[in-house]
Amino acid sequence: MLLEDLIKIQETELAARKKCTLRVCLAAGCMSLNAEAVKEALEKAVQEAGLANDVEVRGVGCMKLCCEGPLVGVDPEASLYRQVTPENAASIVSTFKGGQAEAEKGDPHSPFFEKQFCIVLENSGLVDPDRIESYIAADGYFALRDALREMTPPDVVAAITKSGLRGRGGAGYPTGLKWATVAKTRSTRKFVICNADEGDPGAFMDRSVLESDPHRVIEGMIIAALAVGAEQGYIYVRAEYPLAIKRLQTAIRQAKQMGLLGSGILESPFTFNIDIRIGAGAFVCGEETALMASVEGRRGQPRPRPPFPAEAGLFSQPTLINNVETFANVPPIIRKGADWFAGIGTEKSKGTKVFALAGKIKNTGLIEVPMGASLRTIVEEMGGGAPDGNTVKAVQTGGPSGGCIPASELDTPVDYESLTKLGSIMGSGGMIVMDQTTKMVDVARFFMEFCMDESCGKCVPCRVGTVEMHGLLAKIMAKKATAADLRTLEELCDLVKNTSLCGLGQTAPNPVLSTLRFFRNEYAELLQPEPKLPAGAGKLPVPSSA
Amino acid sequence: MIATLAKRRKPAAPEAPHPSGDKRFKILETQMKRYQFKQDALIEVLHKAQELFGFLDEGLLIFIAHGLKLPPSRVYGVATFYHFFKLKPQGAHTCVICMGTACYVKGADKILASLEEDLKIKSGETTPDGKVSLVSARCIGACGIAPAVVYDGVVTARQSADDAFAKVKGWMGHVA
Repeated sequence: MLLEDLIKIQETELAARKKCTLRVCLAAGCMSLNAEAVKEALEKAVQEAGLANDVEVRGVGCMKLCCEGPLVGVDPEASLYRQVTPENAASIVSTFKGGQAEAEKGDPHSPFFEKQFCIVLENSGLVDPDRIESYIAADGYFALRDALREMTPPDVVAAITKSGLRGRGGAGYPTGLKWATVAKTRSTRKFVICNADEGDPGAFMDRSVLESDPHRVIEGMIIAALAVGAEQGYIYVRAEYPLAIKRLQTAIRQAKQMGLLGSGILESPFTFNIDIRIGAGAFVCGEETALMASVEGRRGQPRPRPPFPAEAGLFSQPTLINNVETFANVPPIIRKGADWFAGIGTEKSKGTKVFALAGKIKNTGLIEVPMGASLRTIVEEMGGGAPDGNTVKAVQTGGPSGGCIPASELDTPVDYESLTKLGSIMGSGGMIVMDQTTKMVDVARFFMEFCMDESCGKCVPCRVGTVEMHGLLAKIMAKKATAADLRTLEELCDLVKNTSLCGLGQTAPNPVLSTLRFFRNEYAELLQPEPKLPAGAGKLPVPSSA
Repeated sequence: MIATLAKRRKPAAPEAPHPSGDKRFKILETQMKRYQFKQDALIEVLHKAQELFGFLDEGLLIFIAHGLKLPPSRVYGVATFYHFFKLKPQGAHTCVICMGTACYVKGADKILASLEEDLKIKSGETTPDGKVSLVSARCIGACGIAPAVVYDGVVTARQSADDAFAKVKGWMGHVA
């Protein structure tokens, strides 16, 4: 495979495009709403209408507005149909002959779509995730070719550093710095790991990226391996995402067949292989040291850092570990230049962020906005606010490690620093909207129960602390607690936060702390008055003179 | 030097077929061979074993320990650490209720509570007649269509307690 071949594939693919395209969303959300049958019905209708030469029915990845699925997009007029059923699918085809569509029309120019700025999701809903040619037609693998032929590995690291890209897994560590550290180490054996163990409940960005555009993540990993000098990569993906696993397997096989993965990539001496490792349902495996233990086939328990994975990671070798979305940002940065990327977003947070909008909100689905967009834009304009006349009470970001941001703080710009200031975190990008019926103490208890179950049990503060905190929250919920219990809870939060071994324990108190900060009255309402001490209690007994 | 070499055990000799004559052990063995009996493939092998047998019993774990030359304690430790691995037989049908945040705020807890009451079992248990297993999941990533319930591997959108009960009652009615 040379550049000429790549261009030829792109040209052939583009030349084979038909006049009109019907794009059917085949991501997990729409699939569970019978999207496959819709696609079959559309194909059949196209055949029957004798339009097979003019109309292409293409299965594509996530079209973002998950709540209105199954979605069908029509090109070139760029219209959108929502809640399509196999029964009314044929009527969409009839519009090509001047007929009337029975399926409901969606508005592709609503703020939900118009306010998006897509880098990671630029191909999502456009390319066929099961065909590598479709990705190449959208300039796929050209960044790899540039990195391999026009740049040296230090150039690639420098470009990533210059772009200002930060880890999209939650902590926001500068990606360029991480790459440089691994590239610097002198070891003949290095690894690149893609963290696709998206454990945060309420987050589904990584699943959608893998299902919609798996080649983008693979290309990002290959470029990373080239930059740091690794020959083996792993994608650690949750077992709960069977469709993502299947599409990744297909993508890896196709990339190998084309000589874009394996030995002698693009006819250069560079060799890189990717294996998929399937998780087995442990939230703590999203923590990098625990994830590496799991890849090694052991219990997913974290270990103290340092040594950091960049120095001694998987099999004690230098390891580069990044999140799905981070890798997905790499090809466009190489292709369009670091300066272009650095021009998007805020001073300290560059680029865009994908959020999974869910909960009590009108438009649920995926959104990608430039860093620094306000929460109000996301929740009210794009999300359409709470449905059924309810009001938005709080937005939860960052899953069990994050916090609840009250409606009064909705003007906060979304970037790493601003969210941390509010006691929440950017997290991987789950955004759950809550309305006035949601009880915040219950939410805190829900997350604490989650952390309690998912604590790996290695360090005491997390193992015991989460159980104790959950007990106290349950006691408050049952209206049996007093102010003394609340004080104990706060002390425990402080203790667990500062003494736990890994991120799970260190951030477990966040939901409690942030709800206490903004919704303290809800806790206070559930408290009982402290029992009066019996007279004389607390005083030392006076020794009787014998 | 020579003495230590002589003492060293021969590398992975082909195992004798499993005494039970169950063909699934053969398939599992082939799977282990694919990973060259590497010890770091333990989780992959456990996945395959659960896919073949439905759950992991003690004999199966010991068989895997032998195959990968790992202490049984290590295999047991890994199998019990991860939620995905089941050490007890599962029901003929499985109902997985997503308890992710989005599903939770939309009432997944009520679906689970009502099913627990109807089936008289707790989450993670199987009905005494072995027909239905009730499981709660952390998040299946279908937050856009919350609350989601997975019936025998099929993700179903926007469920209510009544929907779930109707579906499960259908399973209880006939033998799988």
